[in-house]
Amino acid sequence: MADQIKVVKNVLSANDEIAAQNQLLLGAHGVLTLNIMASPGAGKTSVIMNTIQKLHGRLRCGVIEGDVASSVDSEKVATLGVPVVQINTGGGCHLDARQVQDALEGFPLDQIDLLMIENVGNLICPTAFLLGENLRIAIASVPEGDDKPVKYPELFHQAQAVVLNKMDLLPYIDFDLAVFRQRISGLNPNSRMFEVSCKTGAGLDAWAEWLCDGHATLPNRVS
Amino acid sequence: MHELAVTQQVLNIALQHAEEAHAKRIHEIEIVIGDMTSFVNDAVQFCFDALSKGTIAEGAALSFRRVPVTIRCRECGAVFTPDDLDLTCPDCEAYAGEVIAGREFYIDHIEVE
Repeated sequence: MADQIKVVKNVLSANDEIAAQNQLLLGAHGVLTLNIMASPGAGKTSVIMNTIQKLHGRLRCGVIEGDVASSVDSEKVATLGVPVVQINTGGGCHLDARQVQDALEGFPLDQIDLLMIENVGNLICPTAFLLGENLRIAIASVPEGDDKPVKYPELFHQAQAVVLNKMDLLPYIDFDLAVFRQRISGLNPNSRMFEVSCKTGAGLDAWAEWLCDGHATLPNRVS
Repeated sequence: MHELAVTQQVLNIALQHAEEAHAKRIHEIEIVIGDMTSFVNDAVQFCFDALSKGTIAEGAALSFRRVPVTIRCRECGAVFTPDDLDLTCPDCEAYAGEVIAGREFYIDHIEVE
């Protein structure tokens, strides 16, 4: 005879609990944490590297890199002299909170103010997995086209900021900037847009300012 | 594979509740999945079949309850279910939708013996 047991438990609750632990740990050290998501090639690593350079002397940066394979990205970031750890998922299409928790072990949290987590290049899967971040950042790029928010609504709905990269290519690509902005604000009226070019440096000052403001307004450290 | 880790969570939750109830066998697990999430029934089933071998959940039937996406238009207030994930309002054509259902991903109940 079968008995029904009511469960009503979120499948991702185990991940969410670890993410909450990560968030507490990072918060206790006064670290502003970004979960940076985008398709492969949009410019996640470039934005991270440019951000580190822009924030030199203002916010100390650390990076966690996530890729299926290789340490290409973490090696690039390491040339800037900041603490960086590479996670290789070995096939997994997104980072999860446990992987980040493992990466944080031994990470010099006392020496950083801003942690940038570069998620696996993917517009879909990372959206379901909290990592312990304060802010979700979506990076789009001009060559990808202005329809990406419509095709991948969940990511652009969740993101507190959208960095539109490769603005230097706007004259050469059929990309309607007004339509793109409208689509982003339609999905999330509160999200901030930063139109940048990692190639020329345009637009990155405003992005850096916003991050400094974000760090300054973090809840007080737990003593 | 995408659904492998989450299906392991489904199994863990089901086994935990079954053990607490001193159950011998899990016959059914009802999983609620919102259409806005990236999870696909067949992939969950496939992973479950592999992961549950040797446990009291082996052979359990997974029943999937899909929750359609429901949008409320921020411009005109219309509430609608889009045909696909197109959030354009059918009434005023604004692209200004708030997702009010469709993000669910939970185990509703299990049936045990």
